[in-house]
Amino acid sequence: MSEAVSALAGATYDGYCKVSDAGPVGMVTLRGDLAAKGFGAAVKKATGCAVPGQGALTSAKGRRLAWMSPDELLLFCGYDEAGTLATALGAALAGQHALAVNVSDARVVLHLEGVGAREVMAKLTPADVSPEAFGPGQMRRTRLAQVAAAFHMPDAARFEIIAFRSVAAYVFELLSTAAQPGGEVGLFPAGE
Amino acid sequence: MSARLEGYGRLIDRSQRVSFQFNGKRLRGYAGDTLASALMGAGQLVLGRSFKYHRPRGAVASGGEEPNALIGLGRDGRFEPDQRATTTELFDGLEAVSQNHWPSLAFDVGELNTLAARVLPAGFYYKTFMAPRGAWVKIFEPFIRMSAGLGRVPETADADRYEYLYAHYDVVVVGGGVAGLVAARAAAAGGAKVLVLEQSAHWGGRAPVDGGEIDGLAPDNWVKTALEDLEKAPNVTLRNRAMAAGVYDHGYLLAYERVADHTPGDGRPRHRLWRIRAGRIVTATGALERPLAFAGNDVPGVMLASAMRDYLVNWGVAVGQRIVVVTNNDDAYRTALAMQAAGREVAAVLDARERVTGALPDAARAAGIDVREGHAIAEVRGHSRVKSVLAARQKGAGKAGEEIACDAVAMSGGWSPVVHLWSHCGGKLLWDDDAAMFRPDPDRAPTGADGAGFVLTAGAASGALRLDATLADAHAAGKAAAKGAGGKATRKAAPKAVCEPEAAIEPVWIMPAEAGPEKRMKMWLDYQNDVKVSDVQLAAREGYESVEHTKRYTTLGMATDQGKLSNINGLAVLSQALHKPIPETGTTTFRPPYTPISFGAIAGEARGDLFQPLRRTAMHEWHEANGAFWEPVGHWRRPYCYLRGGESHAEAVAREVSNTRENVGLLDASTLGKILVKGPDAGRFLDMMYTNMMSTLPVGKCRYGLMCSENGFLIDDGVVARVGEDEWLCHTTTGGADRIHGHMEEWLQTEWWDWKVYTANLTEQYAQIAVVGPKARQVLQAVGGMDVSKEALPFMQWKDGRLGGLPVRIYRISFSGELSYEIAVDANLGQGLWDRLREAGMGFGMMPYGTEALHVLRAEKGFIMIGDETDGTVIPQDLGLNWALSKKKDDYLGKRAQERSHMADPERWRLVGLETTDSSVLPDGAYIPAHGKNANGQQNTQGRVTSTYYSPTLGRGIAMALIHRGPERMGETVGVPVHDGTGRVVEAKIVETCFYDKEGAKQDV
Amino acid sequence: MLILECPYCGVMADETELAAGGEAHLKREGPGSSDADFEAYLFDRMNPKGVHFERWRHASGCGKWFHAARNTVTLEVYGTYSAQVSEPPKALVTAIKRKVPGWEGWM
Repeated sequence: MSEAVSALAGATYDGYCKVSDAGPVGMVTLRGDLAAKGFGAAVKKATGCAVPGQGALTSAKGRRLAWMSPDELLLFCGYDEAGTLATALGAALAGQHALAVNVSDARVVLHLEGVGAREVMAKLTPADVSPEAFGPGQMRRTRLAQVAAAFHMPDAARFEIIAFRSVAAYVFELLSTAAQPGGEVGLFPAGE
Repeated sequence: MSARLEGYGRLIDRSQRVSFQFNGKRLRGYAGDTLASALMGAGQLVLGRSFKYHRPRGAVASGGEEPNALIGLGRDGRFEPDQRATTTELFDGLEAVSQNHWPSLAFDVGELNTLAARVLPAGFYYKTFMAPRGAWVKIFEPFIRMSAGLGRVPETADADRYEYLYAHYDVVVVGGGVAGLVAARAAAAGGAKVLVLEQSAHWGGRAPVDGGEIDGLAPDNWVKTALEDLEKAPNVTLRNRAMAAGVYDHGYLLAYERVADHTPGDGRPRHRLWRIRAGRIVTATGALERPLAFAGNDVPGVMLASAMRDYLVNWGVAVGQRIVVVTNNDDAYRTALAMQAAGREVAAVLDARERVTGALPDAARAAGIDVREGHAIAEVRGHSRVKSVLAARQKGAGKAGEEIACDAVAMSGGWSPVVHLWSHCGGKLLWDDDAAMFRPDPDRAPTGADGAGFVLTAGAASGALRLDATLADAHAAGKAAAKGAGGKATRKAAPKAVCEPEAAIEPVWIMPAEAGPEKRMKMWLDYQNDVKVSDVQLAAREGYESVEHTKRYTTLGMATDQGKLSNINGLAVLSQALHKPIPETGTTTFRPPYTPISFGAIAGEARGDLFQPLRRTAMHEWHEANGAFWEPVGHWRRPYCYLRGGESHAEAVAREVSNTRENVGLLDASTLGKILVKGPDAGRFLDMMYTNMMSTLPVGKCRYGLMCSENGFLIDDGVVARVGEDEWLCHTTTGGADRIHGHMEEWLQTEWWDWKVYTANLTEQYAQIAVVGPKARQVLQAVGGMDVSKEALPFMQWKDGRLGGLPVRIYRISFSGELSYEIAVDANLGQGLWDRLREAGMGFGMMPYGTEALHVLRAEKGFIMIGDETDGTVIPQDLGLNWALSKKKDDYLGKRAQERSHMADPERWRLVGLETTDSSVLPDGAYIPAHGKNANGQQNTQGRVTSTYYSPTLGRGIAMALIHRGPERMGETVGVPVHDGTGRVVEAKIVETCFYDKEGAKQDV
Repeated sequence: MLILECPYCGVMADETELAAGGEAHLKREGPGSSDADFEAYLFDRMNPKGVHFERWRHASGCGKWFHAARNTVTLEVYGTYSAQVSEPPKALVTAIKRKVPGWEGWM
């Protein structure tokens, strides 16, 4: 939908790490009994992704499925397919107590990349983002400064951060401030 | 005079001259200097004036414990008062000003206070200001304001930036002296991830100054190799200029990194606050030397023996030409020997101990120094510089003294381990009689989540003062810390140390022991707050037995140095005065931070735009560009009104209200909470959450609902729409969205966990726009795409469809009493829908309106607002909302509470409307007095105004109020004081809450 | 600043990610209960010096409520466990008894 504008409208910041708006991203919240019979198969059929384990993230067909809580998953997909996928998930789980709803517009997705990405995150979140504690394939829900946020690492030098739409500008500004040149800490070994 | 000595100054680089200013005077120092060493090296001994008596003061210490050398640093956006010259690194262009003096540092009028010292004893404030009230304003306050206080408050905004850093380590070692480095090596060898924090810019601590040998190397060289080892270790991080400020529950440690204090304006954050989680914390924080309490111990030139040694060895500054050393222990002899070796004259060592043997005193004697056993300083002579001391027997009153000419005094009253971090989170101390010190009791450490002690002390911080003992203790601490944090205990041995043996200390708290009142009045305990031995003794005589009370009464230890030099001496003096042993008196509480940290560091990035998260709707930029005057609603910013060409806020609100009543208004209602509730038990669940019946609501319809807490009080309201067979969408108030979602989840997760219900907070998924007013339907028809006629979409129903090509859901609900459509659209399309509606509305006179117009519109209709008509003590019955309380339900949250006697009491204040007889607008929140006074002599009240506005529709002030038995008193008049200074009382008639369209005909068309 | 393990996420959650929810295992009293029972349900809290069972929510995390058994004096955390129980697990109670000899036990 050409008129759809993400909250940050493509903003970027180049500091000692790069902060950028990921643009409109499709997201579907799925609540259900993750361990129920047929749940995993139905989810896989509708999305292509396997149900992730605790704190993890799976991916397939350019989509990602993240574990959010014992009865909640978050699907990342194309912006335009989110509605269809929410409906498909609802239909696939029709026999079960489940809730699938499009939340693409309720959130903003940002990217943070660069050698110091981990330490930029460490300036804002109480979660342990050291290489020993966190890496690709994991999903962490926590806070960034004063707001709730979640993040994962698509690869070793990049974070994908999800926050609520209304605080998109705040989160962008937080990350940009933390990534401002001169703020380098050297907390983690280079390249990690 | 002080002078730089060739061959000394291990920390300075003589090839790099650094120029700086002190009180406007241009001076020069060296790279590696502190401001204090540079000033003294330039011959400036007096650095400031004391707080109460304005006595001239010089540095007494060389580190963070310094009470005197406080200066104002920098200028404009980088000006900061009360900075310690002893811990301020010198840099080119530094500007410093001395504080607490008028008119100048050399001559100060406030020094007259010294002459008045007799009438300014401990508790002076409490005693004197009991006098008549008038005296306070006219005499005392101006006097105190002029003479008290330290530095000047900065006047411009801070030019620097600050940040946090969250870090996680197995072991954090606090202190980069030899003990810290040994502990870090041992912990790292055990496989732990280790952080080492050093508050200064230099590693190695005191050992390079104090001497000895470690693994066959001079301490300086050993430190170098140890650092190289640690830097190579992948599991070790070293940070200097980083002070551990406080230890908190479960291994939480705050560290204050002074990133750019010495390079201001270089683009780096000035300070960084490390918020660390540590498995184990090793405090290798060393010990602080204690002053001795003798008359005149605050005269510039009197200095801690260790500090005098530091200035000499570290910075090549000799504080005096001819010095006297006064001590009760062996360590001070190191100063005597060092000063003599540097070519200064040591006039005498006055040792309070009766028999002085031991290696260090013997070395002093061998060097020809006059060591006087059993001797004390009876008095220091000199005003802004030591001129001489009177030496007398320690056992005595100090009357017959021998005058010894000197220009500096090195004093040592023994050493106190730095136990602050150990104590912050509950670590206990024990009194070590032999060493005359409080030291950590290893059996009573602060405990962590695993139930084990999580702070370990290392080296001098444990009370192990001698180098050999220090290293052995530190190695053991590092080893145990690694093991405690889940690593292994290293099998390597501690480094071997060689040092001189030392004889026992002999505690001396007052010098000489029998000194009379004249002398005790000149014995400073707390330099910064000007508390003397006589003040503490007076407190004891006046009945202050607790050390905590004495502290507050005398202000001992309450200055910015938090009594680092004074606490132990003070409580020892108190113990003597109370004839109690020292451990029975105990210490005051050690509280973070260890030394003051900047407000900037505490705030971190949270300033300016990042002070608070500001929540924006999808149409925020449009509002901003179109005259919105913002109103904070929670973290949201909502347009209060939209200002057009020069109109006032009140005029804008009136225009918006009238236009909405006459034509059509447009409101950004996106901030309202929207919670989806789905599942086989969703209806049953909502029947518990709302006072109304929601399970019977047909699909496609809407119902206004009330939510109460279990205490019966109203917590939220909003319209619920049944959107599917087992699916409801609950609207909440703007401020309630997260709270109510949490409330629902709480009950689902913790009480009715077997009910099959899922919720999803969709508040931000949708932009929601209200089109309100008699022409609303025409506007929607002009946009086109959906049948919005009364028949197709009746009042209190909803419908999905496409409006102007955009997928929407339209709710026919009204918070204004007008024909009204609330249209929800995906947030990313919010601006698109807003634009279409505006375009279509042009021909109908549509104007956007803000929250204040919304309030007026709802108040004209008598609709309640959560937070105005409710305040957490109001039940639906108070507001005449009994119709919304289902009688068919056995239970809902709040039902039982509303049956309690006080809730069912007919005497409660209940909601009514108020009409002023003069049409004026009542003040918000005004109380309505009743006859007589209550038991406390306060005016009785019979109600209060909850909402009050000027109604442009009615052309008069309208209000709602909670009034005693209100609805039973229709037509009665009450008096409302307006508190405008005239004592005026406005008459108001009690009327119904609804002022406009009482039949509700206009909204249902 | 406590740190508690969220039994749902399995992460050690900083207190700033959590919201405290007061005493655990209260029994709800609804319509039909006596005034005394209802008052106790609303207002009576143990506030013990020592072993305490508490409710917490991983608010800035998975959003789930959980229980924690904690010592209010030593700050030792004996364990965290599901919110969907009306009393602490027996094994936990036994373990606490072993660690805190004077404890009167779970009531």
